[in-house]
Amino acid sequence: MNSDLFITPFNLGLYFILIYSVVRSTVWFMNLSRSDKLRLQRGFFGRPFMDSLREIFMESLLHRKIFKKNPLLGYMHMSLAFGWFLLIVFGTIEADFFGEKHLNPPSHAIFFRWFNPEHGAEGFARIYNVWMDLLLAFILSGLLLAVIKRFTPRMMGMKKTTKHTWTDRIALISLWLIFPSRLLAESFTCGAHGSGSFLTGNLGASLASFLPAAEIAPYFWWLYSLALGTFFFLLPVSRYFHIPVELLLIFMRNSGITTGDRHSSYTEVQTHACSSCGVCISVCQMSYAAGIHDIQSAYFIKGLRNDRDIAAITANCLMCGRCEEVCPVGIELGPMRLIERRQGEREDGKLRLAGKYAVTRIRSSIEKIPTQSFSYLAEEETEKADILFFAGCMTHLTPSVIVAMKKIMESAGVKYRFMDEQGGVCCGRPLMLAGRDREARELINHNSGIIWKSGAKILVTSCPICYKVFRESYYLEATVMHHSEFINLLIEEGSLRLGYLHRKVVYHDPCELGRGSGIYEEPRAVISYVAELQQASQERSMSLCCGGSLGNLTLSSGKRALIAADAARTLTMDSPDELITACPLCKKTFMQATKTKVSDIAELVAAALPKPLDKPVKRRTTRTTLNATGNG
Amino acid sequence: MKGTQKHVIIAGGGVAGMEAAGALAEMGYRVTLVEKGQDPGGHLLQWHALFPDSRPAEEVKSYLRKRIGNHNITVITGTAVEKIKHHPGGTVTVNLSGSKEEKADAVIVATGFDLFDARRKEEYGYGIYDNVITAPELETMFNGGRVTKADGSVPSRIGMIHCVGSRDEKVNNNHCSKVCCVTAVKQAIELRKMMPACEVFCFYMDMRMYGPYYEELYRESQEVHNVNFIRGKVSEASVNINNRLVIKVEDTLAGRPLKMELDIMVLMVGMEMAEAGTKLAVASGFRLGINRFLEAGDHHYGNNLSGVSGVFYAGTCTAPMNITDTISHARAAVAETVRYLDGR
Repeated sequence: MNSDLFITPFNLGLYFILIYSVVRSTVWFMNLSRSDKLRLQRGFFGRPFMDSLREIFMESLLHRKIFKKNPLLGYMHMSLAFGWFLLIVFGTIEADFFGEKHLNPPSHAIFFRWFNPEHGAEGFARIYNVWMDLLLAFILSGLLLAVIKRFTPRMMGMKKTTKHTWTDRIALISLWLIFPSRLLAESFTCGAHGSGSFLTGNLGASLASFLPAAEIAPYFWWLYSLALGTFFFLLPVSRYFHIPVELLLIFMRNSGITTGDRHSSYTEVQTHACSSCGVCISVCQMSYAAGIHDIQSAYFIKGLRNDRDIAAITANCLMCGRCEEVCPVGIELGPMRLIERRQGEREDGKLRLAGKYAVTRIRSSIEKIPTQSFSYLAEEETEKADILFFAGCMTHLTPSVIVAMKKIMESAGVKYRFMDEQGGVCCGRPLMLAGRDREARELINHNSGIIWKSGAKILVTSCPICYKVFRESYYLEATVMHHSEFINLLIEEGSLRLGYLHRKVVYHDPCELGRGSGIYEEPRAVISYVAELQQASQERSMSLCCGGSLGNLTLSSGKRALIAADAARTLTMDSPDELITACPLCKKTFMQATKTKVSDIAELVAAALPKPLDKPVKRRTTRTTLNATGNG
Repeated sequence: MKGTQKHVIIAGGGVAGMEAAGALAEMGYRVTLVEKGQDPGGHLLQWHALFPDSRPAEEVKSYLRKRIGNHNITVITGTAVEKIKHHPGGTVTVNLSGSKEEKADAVIVATGFDLFDARRKEEYGYGIYDNVITAPELETMFNGGRVTKADGSVPSRIGMIHCVGSRDEKVNNNHCSKVCCVTAVKQAIELRKMMPACEVFCFYMDMRMYGPYYEELYRESQEVHNVNFIRGKVSEASVNINNRLVIKVEDTLAGRPLKMELDIMVLMVGMEMAEAGTKLAVASGFRLGINRFLEAGDHHYGNNLSGVSGVFYAGTCTAPMNITDTISHARAAVAETVRYLDGR
C-alpha cells in the first residue's frame, strides 16, 4: 500500500485531458473559416494575446464580473479558481525548489507532501508551508460556499440554479472531494511525521493522537488521486469542461472572431464555455415575471451541448438580451439563438451526422422549411429628398407618434419625405428574428432600392426594430437615425424651439434601441431638455423588456401581460407623471399594463412645442387658433 | 311585513339597480339606491333608440324612473359604495364615499360596466383623428338629430368597427361584449334611414345575433337598407391629405387586403368590468373571474350569489348583457334577496 501506485489515476486523467484538449482544439481550429483562422493566428502573435492573458487572469481566475454582481458568489468562484491556480503554481515551485530534483512530473508537485513527508521543518520552508496551507484553506472556504449554494441557492443571493445531468453530478462530487481529501491526506502524512503547518500540521497532530496516521494516509492519497482522475476524465462530458474551453473562447474573441449567422467552431466553443452558472436565469423576466423556468439561456446552451431537441426552448425567448448582458463568460446568446432558429427544427444528432454525407437528406431538410416570396412587390417610383422618414409598421399602429413627428419636423422646418405614409414594406427584422433570412433579404432589397433612389442623406425611423435592421443589415449611403437621435440633432443645431414641461417622467430603454443599438444618451438628452427625468432602477443595458417583443412568436398573451405588468410596475415605482419610451411596440404594450400615461419621446417633445400663439404673427382667425388663444 | 321593515342597499343606479330597487320596494322593503353619478339611469342615459325594434330609449328610461318613484326608496346620488362587509348576526355594513357607513339587512351589487376606453386601441386613432367616434357618441348625435363630420359637413361613407376592446387578447379582453354587433346593425340602419346617400360598412369578425329578432334585423339591414358587411378586423387607420380617414383591413371572405376611405369611423366599444366595481370587489373580498367581472357563486343556478352571505349580484357587473337580460337578472337577484331575508 505504501507504494506510489496511487498516482496512476491522476496521471491517466491528466494525460487524457491534455491530449483530449489538444485534439479538440485542433479540430475546432481546423473547422474555423479561413478568415477566422487568420484572425486567430494573427491574434496569437499580437496585442490580442496580451489582452487575452489579462482577461483570463481577471475573469477566469479572479472572476471580476461575478464579483461585481454578487461578491459572495464572486468569492466562491475566485477561491476555487484562483486558489487552485495558485496551489498548482506554488506547488510546482515547491516541488522544483525543495524536491530532490528539478523539472519534476506534475504528480510530484500535486502529491509533494507524500514524497516529502518531513519537509518544512524550519527556515524558509516553514514559512512556505504556512503559505501552502493558507492557499488550501482559501480553496476550502470557497468550497464550503459552493456546497451551501448547491443546497440553498437563496443564501448566495441566487434566485435559481441550474439542474444537473448525471455526469455533472459525478464530476461535481469528485470536484468537491479533491480538496477535502487533499487536506486529510496531507494532514495524516504530516501527523505521522510531525510536520506540516497551521492547518495540516495541527489537524494531522490531533488526528494522529488517536488514529494510526501512517496507515490511514495512503487511503486518502488514493482518494485524492482518484478524485482528480475522475474529474479529469469527466471534464469533457460535464459542465466543468467550461474551465479549459473558456480560455480558448477568450483567445478567439479577442482575436476578433464573432458568432456570425451559422454554426461554426466558435459557436461550439461558446456552447462548451458555458459554466451553467445560472446568472442568466436570475435576470430572465420570463422566469421571474411569467413563471416560465425552462427556456433560459443556460438550458438553451445545455440543450445544444447535449444535442437535445430544443426547438421549443429556442423559439420561446423575448430576445431582449438581458442574459447576454450579464453572462460572465460573454457568450453571444442572442446570435446563438438566432442561428438555432434559422436551422428550423433540430434533427437528432446521429441523423444530422448521417445527413452530412447524404445529399438527399440535406435537400429534403431544406425543402421542409416553407418559403415565401415577395415577388409581387411592385417597384416604386421615388421622389428625391434629403431626409426620408420611415415610420415602420408598428408606428402606424401608434398614429400619435406619426402626428407628433410631423409636428416636430414641420416646426423645425425640416423638408422630408414620408416614405411609408401610404403604407410601406416591412423592414425585415421580424422575419430575421424568426430565422427567415432569405425572405427578409427580399424585403431589404425592396426597401434599399427606394432609399437609394431617393438620394436621402438621413433616414429617420420611429421604430427601434427598423432602426436596428437599417443599420446592420442594409447597405445604405444615408445615415440611419432613430427619431430620438434626430430630435436631439434638431435641438443641438438650434432648429427646434421648445418650452419646458413641468412633468416628472421616467424613460424606458427599448431593447432594440438600447442593448440592441447602444442608443442610451440621445433620448435622455432630449427628455431632460423638456422635462424632469427620473432614474429607473433597471435602465440602460439592464433595461427590462416590455413583454411585447417580436422576438417571441410562441408566448401567450397572458404571459406577456404578466411581463408587461411587472416591467411597468418597476418603471413607475417613483410614481412619475408619464412613462416615456421610444418604441411604438413598447408604448402599445405598456398602455395595457399601467394606469400611468405612456407616451413616445416624440409626443413628449411635440407637447413642448410652442403653441400656435407663440408663432410669428399669422393673422388668421380659424377656429383652431382661436381655441389655442383661449387656452394659452 | 312582520316586525320592522327590512333594509336593502343597492350599489349602482343603472338599469339593474333601478329595477331591483323597484321590485323590492313594491314588496315593502326599505331600499337605499346608491348611485355614483349625478342621476340614476346608467349608460342608458346616453342612448337614443334601442335594438332590435328601434323603440325610443326614453320609454325604458321613464319606466325605470317610475320604478324608483316608490316611497320606500331613498336615492343617494354622487356617492359610491366603497366596501361591503357582512357581520355575524346578519347585519351588512356598507361604506359610502365620504366616510359614511350604512347598515342593511342585505346588499345588491349592481355596479355595471365601463365602456372600453378606445384610446387603448391607438391604431384606430380615437382622440387623434377628428372623425373617429364611439358608438355612444353616435347615439348622442342621433339625440341631436344630425350626424356630421367634425367640420360640420355631411358624411358620404361611414364605417362601423366591431369588437373594439372585445375578443381582443392584445388588450387583455377575451370576452364578447354581446350587444355591440346588434347595436352596430341598429345604428347602421338608422344612419341609412337618416342619410340615404351615405354608404355604411360594418367590419366584423363574427356577427353574433343571439337575441330574438336580431337575426331578422341583420337580414333587414342588408336586404332593405343596403348596409355592407365586410368580414375582417381593421388593422390601422390614418388620414390622407384630404383629411379623410384611410383604414386598412383584410377582407377575409375575399381573402385579400383592402384599403378604404371613410368620413366617419364608429368604434363599437365593448364592455369591461367597471373600475368602481373592481375597487369595491377588491376592498370587500369578492371573487373576480378571468374576464375581471364579478364571479358568481354558481355559473348555472347561483348566478346572483356572491359567496358572501347577504350580498347579491345583479346585471352587468357579472358579465355583459343587454337591457332585457339585465332586468331579468335584477329580478332574479331580488328573488334571491327575498329568499335570504325570509329565511333568516
